[in-house]
Parts: sequence; C-alpha cells; structure tokens
Amino acid sequence: MTRIGQMFDRARQQGRGVFIPYVTLGDPDLETSRRVVLELEAAGADLVELGVPFSDPLADGPVIQRATERALDRGFTLEKGLALVADLRRHTQVPLLLFSYYNPLFAYGFERLVSAAKQRGIDGFLITDLSVEEAEGPLAVLRGAGLDSVFLAAPTSTDERIRKIAAYSSGFIYAVSRTGVTGARKSLSDEVQSLIRKIRSQTSLPVAVGFGVSEPDHLRQVWSRAEGAVVGSAIVRCIERNIGQPDLAQRVGEFARWLKGGC
Amino acid sequence: MNETTGRGSLGQIPDSRGHFGPYGGKFVPETLMHPLEELEQAYLRARQDPGFQAELDRLLRDYSGRPTPLSRADRLSRQLGGARVYLKREDLNHTGAHKINNCLGQGLLAKRMGKKRVIAETGAGQHGVATATVCALLDLDCEVYMGEEDMRRQELNVFRMRLLGAKVHGVSSGSQTLKDAINEAIRDWVTNVRSTYYLIGSVLSAHPYPMMVRDFQSVIGREAREQILEREGRLPHTLLACVGGGSNAIGLFHAFLEDETVAMVGVEAGGRGSNLGEHAARFSGGKPGILQGTYSYVLQDDDGQIAKTHSISAGLDYASVGPEHAFLRDRGRIRYTSATDQETLEALHLLSRTEGIVSALESAHAVAEVMRLAPRLREEDLLLVNLSGRGDKDVQTVAAADSG
Repeated sequence: MTRIGQMFDRARQQGRGVFIPYVTLGDPDLETSRRVVLELEAAGADLVELGVPFSDPLADGPVIQRATERALDRGFTLEKGLALVADLRRHTQVPLLLFSYYNPLFAYGFERLVSAAKQRGIDGFLITDLSVEEAEGPLAVLRGAGLDSVFLAAPTSTDERIRKIAAYSSGFIYAVSRTGVTGARKSLSDEVQSLIRKIRSQTSLPVAVGFGVSEPDHLRQVWSRAEGAVVGSAIVRCIERNIGQPDLAQRVGEFARWLKGGC
Repeated sequence: MNETTGRGSLGQIPDSRGHFGPYGGKFVPETLMHPLEELEQAYLRARQDPGFQAELDRLLRDYSGRPTPLSRADRLSRQLGGARVYLKREDLNHTGAHKINNCLGQGLLAKRMGKKRVIAETGAGQHGVATATVCALLDLDCEVYMGEEDMRRQELNVFRMRLLGAKVHGVSSGSQTLKDAINEAIRDWVTNVRSTYYLIGSVLSAHPYPMMVRDFQSVIGREAREQILEREGRLPHTLLACVGGGSNAIGLFHAFLEDETVAMVGVEAGGRGSNLGEHAARFSGGKPGILQGTYSYVLQDDDGQIAKTHSISAGLDYASVGPEHAFLRDRGRIRYTSATDQETLEALHLLSRTEGIVSALESAHAVAEVMRLAPRLREEDLLLVNLSGRGDKDVQTVAAADSG
C-alpha cells in the first residue's frame, strides 16, 4: 500500500478527517514552497498537493492563476520542482500528490517523469484535464511504477462515468464540490452530498472533497460526509497576502491550524 | 496500397472517441465530460434529422446568401502569370466571413438542446460577430470572450457585437488574445454548464467540436467542388486556405480529400520572424501536445508551457491547430506553409488593386501563397483559394502597417 493509502487507513482508525492543502510549486519561489510544505505538515497536513504550474490553467480561478504566473515568471521548471521534492523527502514523510495539467507532464516525457517523480518521493498524480477516456496509457505507467492515480468526479458525472473513475483511481477519489473553477466560496454546495452518495455506491475508496473549501466550518461539513477535505485557493491566497513577509511560511501554518481547528 | 490517399480512409474520421489518428480526443476537466457526451448525442441525432438539415439549409440560403460565388480572378492571374486563380467568396456571406456557416448550425443545435444562453470566444471578432448575429436571430442570450489586445485590434467588431445585443467580456490574462479568451470561455462553461451552450468557432477543443465544426463548414468545399466542375469541367490543381484553428481550410478541403489529384496547401501565420513568439506556424515551430481539450501540434517551450504567438491578423495567432489538420499533415495529404506579415500585406494590396476585393488579413495569407505558387504552374492549372473573410475590420491595421 502507498503512503497515501496508509495515511487514509490511519485517519480512519483514529476517526478523524484528513486535511489536504494545495500549494503551487515555486509560488512565489521554490524556497518559500519548501518552507510552506514543511510548515503545513507541522500544522497537521495529512497529504500535500503540489501543483506544477501550467501557462493555461483553464480549470483554475483567479487566485491559482496568479500563483501560476508568479511561479513561471520566476523561472519554474519541472526539473527544479522535482529537485525540491527530493529535498522535501529528506525532511518529511507526508504523502505528496503531484497535481497538474497534462501538457507540461507530457512534454517532459510521461514515463521518464513518473520514474523521476517516484524516485524523488512523489506518491501519486492528479491530472486535471486527463479524462478517463484518454488515461489508459498514463494509468498503465503510474500503476507500473506503483504510484497512485487520483481522478476527479464531478456533480455532472453520471453513474457510468463514476464507475470508470473509481476503477481508474487509487489512493482516493477527488470529489469536485460544484461545477466551476477552483476558488474559495462562502458556502459549500449542496450538490456534493449526492455526488458523495454516487461515489460510495461504486467504490470503497476514500473520498476527498475540494473546490470552494475555504473555512473551518466547511472542513467540518466535509468531514461529516467524506474522509478528506482539500483546501487550495484559500491557502494560495494566504501565501499571496504574505509575500515579502519573512515569516510567510509560519503564517500559512497558522492559517492551516485555524482551518483545521476552527478556533 | 497507398495509405495516404486510399479511398474511404480520410473522409471517415474521427473515430467514435474523437481521434484523428493519434490526435484529437477529449482532454477537459471531468465536469465537462458528460456535457460533451450530451452534445455529441444531440449533434448526431440532429445530423440524422432531415428537419434539422432542411432548416439549416434554408438559413444558409435565405439568411447568409449561400451558395457563395466562385469568382475567376483574371486580372490577378494575368499579373502573376501561370495558373488560373479562382476565389471561393466566403467573404460574401452575411457578417463577412465563413464563420456564420458554423454558427447557424450550432445555434440551431443549442436551440434544440433547450439552452437559453450561448457563450463564445473570438480572436479577430468574426466568430463573435457571427455568434452574436445568430443569437439575435434565434433569440438566445449571447456572451463573448475576447482578449483585450484583440479588442484593440478589432474595435469595429467589438462594436458590432454590442450592437447585436451581445455582452463582450475583455480578457486581460496571458497574451490577451484568442487562447486566453478560450480559457475564460471554458471557465464560464464549466461553471454554467447546465444552462449554457459553448459555441466554439473553429475545429478545435475536445470531441465532438472538431468534427461538428468541420461538418458545418464543409458546405464550402461541397459548393466549390460542384462550381469548379461546372465551370471548368475538371478539378483544381491545388486548393489553398489560411489556417488559424483551421475551420475555413478544413471546410474547403474536406470535400476534395479523396480526389487524389488535388493538392492542398494550408497557410499559417509566419508573423515577423521564425523565433518562438514571433509567429504562429505550429507545424514548423511546434510539437505535439495538449492544449484546451485536444491533442495536436502546439507552440510551446521545452517545459511544455504554451508559447506566445504573433501575427498581424488576430484570427491566425493561436498556439495550436485543429487535430484533423495535424493528422492530415502527418499523412502527407495537406502541405503546410506560412506567409509573413509583410507578404500578407503585399497580397492584400495586390488582390485589392487587381480584383477590387479587400480581403481579411487572415485570407490574404492564402493569397500570399498563391503569389508564390501561381507563377510556377501552367495556364491550364487551376488554383482555388478560400477567401474566408472580407477586410473591413482590418482597414485600420493595414493603414497603420503601411504608414510604418
């Protein structure tokens, strides 16, 4: 079993929800990303999603678009991102999920990337614009390397689609809480409940809910229905607001504690 | 057996999953996958429905003015010496370009699917204007995404869209051109997918769009083939068309794909130089990759980040190209070349003075290749050029370029 699967098992035994923050690699620079990931782990992150910036993030809202631009403006490359992962693995055993669009991964050479990522310490991949219809080849590569493949399920997914998504996924299934792009929202959508029900009827894999999860109350709501809560834009916005502050990473850690603890 | 031109092999793509050989497919977030399945089913039903086809044919005829003429360009031919040039006059369509062919088809489909709201992206503004026009005609709400750089370059079309009742959203991200307008349109669609029809303007994005837009545009080639046979009793030596996303080109070429003697040339934007960022010649400067829903040739850097592009024409500066073009290029069925900004301006002037036709800058790219090709051919060789749009929108750009 992968680090991701073991982590979900442990959380289940302990009867607690899993906290999954997202960070765009290289935002605003690689050293800051390194510190933020370590702070997030210290603040109780159970898994960290590492976003590989892509110039055309069509599933993302303005917050992650800006983070992507900051990272690319500073000269982010996938090679540098992988070196950072190797560095992180010397300090932490927190599961790491590489999160991106397909083109930058494809351009690197997907097989070469998966083998390099595994060696550096990545535990799984989530590729936003890789539909299950197109995933056969990449999935075989990931399975061959023993890495997890996480696919999205959406409120518009039919039962038939969810069946295929479940068959293709390992580690967990990422339930998209609402139709739309990434970004913080005041309230959680009602759509997510019926989506989680649909997923449960097809698989026993853990479910993590993301898109719009941005307040302590949201996390508690998500944890009452699903194993994990993903917080993306709210974390990235916290990084953005603290750019230039020497204690940026600590502030992101405090924010994560507040989200988790709700105090 | 000759694989490239084997009868029946080229006209029957894509496969059921939207693949043109290795290209095409569906690379979009899961939220859009079932809506794409619904769209495909609705389209396939409409395609089989004689009532739908009759309604579309009626609008193409009575509203857009089809069939468009095939004009023999005698003065241009004489001036160039060599081949006899014919122009397929898509510029004479209502709204001034071939874009309306696709918009009428997809507009009727949106209506059938019960969608009340239509969104579109636009580069040069021709697709935005055609979409706004069809939405006015069919009583659909219309919102158009357009890069702010393009809004500056094509101010007239922005005004036309607003006049037609459409809302135009300026897009300030990235290069502020077509690619960024598509990103925003997709973000809108993924958010409002249940109520909204995304009316894509070229043979791009995820299946079924490249197939559906091609089908709606292939009326160009069906007419042109009939017209040239009637006029000359034989097929053309070569077909020429500019290629941005590639809808006017595939629209002309499709009916001729299995005519083995007919050569085809697609002309990309050569811009102002051959370095990455200075042009939009995807086939000479790009490599296969995934952008905005489909697998095709893409201008990108070594790290898979999408490159900036440049062209004097706002309609040709997209970083990728329709997947069917990628397939036909690899099969050797279509040759692709490019024309620079400067060659294009010269072609636009030449056509204006010899034939009295001010073409769009996009279409003038194809005319630039005619200038190179015609003198090398014999008088009995026929060149058939898709004059995809008229140049009213570009007069200011041309004036600025001419004055230095």
